[in-house]
Amino acid sequence: MTRGPDDRKDEENMNFVGIDIGSTASKVSVRGDKEINYVLPTGWSSKETAGTIKEKLLEEGVDVEAEDTKVVATGYGRIAVDYADYVITEITCHARGGREFAGNDCAVIDVGGQDTKVIILEDGMVKDFLMNDKCSAGTGKFLEIMANRLGVTLQELFEMADRGNILSISSLCTVFAESEVINYIGEGKPREDIAAGVVDSVAAKVAQLAQRKDLPEKIILTGGLSKSRYFTAQLSDKLGRTVEPTEMGRYAGAIGAAKLAEEKSRKRR
Amino acid sequence: MEVIKDLPEVFEEFAEQRKKSFLAVKELKDKGVPVVGAYCTYFPQEIAMAMGAATVGLCSTSDETISVAEKDLPKNLCPLIKSSYGFAVTDKCPFFYFSDVVVGETTCDGKKKMYEYMSEFKDVFLMELPNTQGEQAFQLWKSEIIRFKEYLEKKFDVEITEDQIRNAIKINNAGRRSLRRLYEVMHHDPAPITGHDLFKVLYGSTFKFDRSQIPAEVDALVDKIEKEYAEGKMQEKKPRILVTGCPIGGATEKVIQAIENNGGIVVTYENCTGAKSIDKLVDEDNPDVYDALARRYLDIGCSVMAPNPNRLELLGRLIDEYQVDGVVEMILQACHTYNVESTGIRRFVNEKKNIPYIGVETDYSQADIGQLNTRIAAFIEML
Repeated sequence: MTRGPDDRKDEENMNFVGIDIGSTASKVSVRGDKEINYVLPTGWSSKETAGTIKEKLLEEGVDVEAEDTKVVATGYGRIAVDYADYVITEITCHARGGREFAGNDCAVIDVGGQDTKVIILEDGMVKDFLMNDKCSAGTGKFLEIMANRLGVTLQELFEMADRGNILSISSLCTVFAESEVINYIGEGKPREDIAAGVVDSVAAKVAQLAQRKDLPEKIILTGGLSKSRYFTAQLSDKLGRTVEPTEMGRYAGAIGAAKLAEEKSRKRR
Repeated sequence: MEVIKDLPEVFEEFAEQRKKSFLAVKELKDKGVPVVGAYCTYFPQEIAMAMGAATVGLCSTSDETISVAEKDLPKNLCPLIKSSYGFAVTDKCPFFYFSDVVVGETTCDGKKKMYEYMSEFKDVFLMELPNTQGEQAFQLWKSEIIRFKEYLEKKFDVEITEDQIRNAIKINNAGRRSLRRLYEVMHHDPAPITGHDLFKVLYGSTFKFDRSQIPAEVDALVDKIEKEYAEGKMQEKKPRILVTGCPIGGATEKVIQAIENNGGIVVTYENCTGAKSIDKLVDEDNPDVYDALARRYLDIGCSVMAPNPNRLELLGRLIDEYQVDGVVEMILQACHTYNVESTGIRRFVNEKKNIPYIGVETDYSQADIGQLNTRIAAFIEML
């Protein structure tokens, strides 16, 4: 299909919106005429969050209902986005986002709020993927619970962990692991050491999942923890492979969704 | 006068067959017809049919009685075994209730140990199924089939003749031929019907007590499907999925739905509800009926066999025949044999057949519907 100059002009005004409604945070990425990225807490209702996103985008001059705006929704709350033009799973969107960060052949490890996934890309396509089972160990939720227990933010947890010596947390279950942490607190162990143990435990579980696949040379981390060099260092250590942090990794799903919106709308022309 | 029904109505009728048979089994009992219950595809149905008994599958498919079963059985046991035991011990399954004898086989570890407890409150006839398929194993299985015949003769004070068995073999083969014709309608691309509708007929037909009625009913259905297909009635073109793994039914139909609600279509079932129990016929020309039965049943490619080459043979054949785009394996939680075998299946599908594979582990609860949908939708997106 050949495109004339008029089409190109149309496309200049188009906006491609990716909305990734996760269990903890919702990420929005707009590409095209406008370039916007922002994140907001998902809250208790994905539907309400989807409404808030719509209003916020309108304030920025992006009307999701407009003919020249294409929306792809993803994440566990994807079906709540009733104004989406397409609904695509977070696996495909994260893979597409990962491609923007690391090229066509890579592995994307995404540590999310309620699940952790490992996606293998080959020639820009998803070749294989794996998600954790119905258990919060090795997810952001685990870190969140432990940070709360230690009375610190996630950011502080990583900073503390960097200064501490790892205390072993052996339980596979978040609830039991929390008891272990409470025990350590009771014994008066330094918070830094407990924090180091918590991060170590998550890194170990994520590595365990990732090891089940043949990983390519290039491996990146996405999701809420993707900027943390401490976490990627721990993960690299466990895997015996380099896992690179990504500056915009939190938006991997949303950016991927926006790219897919663009590709899908091109295909239809 | 025959009423011509629409296809959806026919599919629903088959889906209701299990419930309808609750009444039918009582009527049979009132007429004095013996009922033989079984849990497995290895059960040589023809022996029971030969003495005029009705046979019925007892595998339970809902999580209703699992908590009761967990009083006696461990929590981390396959839901099919727990649920089946639970329905038995609470007397909630009419088929179990009306069964004069329940036939079990030494298939997987969970089932064979469960039968020990079941035999405390029910007549259980346990057949020793070998877990290999060589000549010695075959001899053992053949002698077990003869032992089962002798057990029935004694228990019901009847004589089971070879001619009766031969007749039962013919009836069951005819049923298998028709059911195979039915699932072969999925050779068409795009498919004529949904995989879930196909499943309803395959599953429902196992609850028809009069096996001799199957061909007429199923053949009429096939003709109708083919006629409508020729007239242009068909499904949209979608990625074609083969389903393999543990038996599916009831609660686990969620896997079929997850595939078909997320853009795929199930074109063939390699599992016990599908080709695994229908594909092979019993040799009608073999003068030794026990020999013929033993060969046919022992050859079933279930993961309890080690090694299990027949599963790969059937799987490979179905992938080619049905132009399959991707394989979904459903594994019940704590089903060790299927779970362990899944690595080999993945390798075979990826490396020998060069198509994608996904394994999903699930149970009889509805708690993982969201995760199932995400995994399977992502799998279909990558096809």
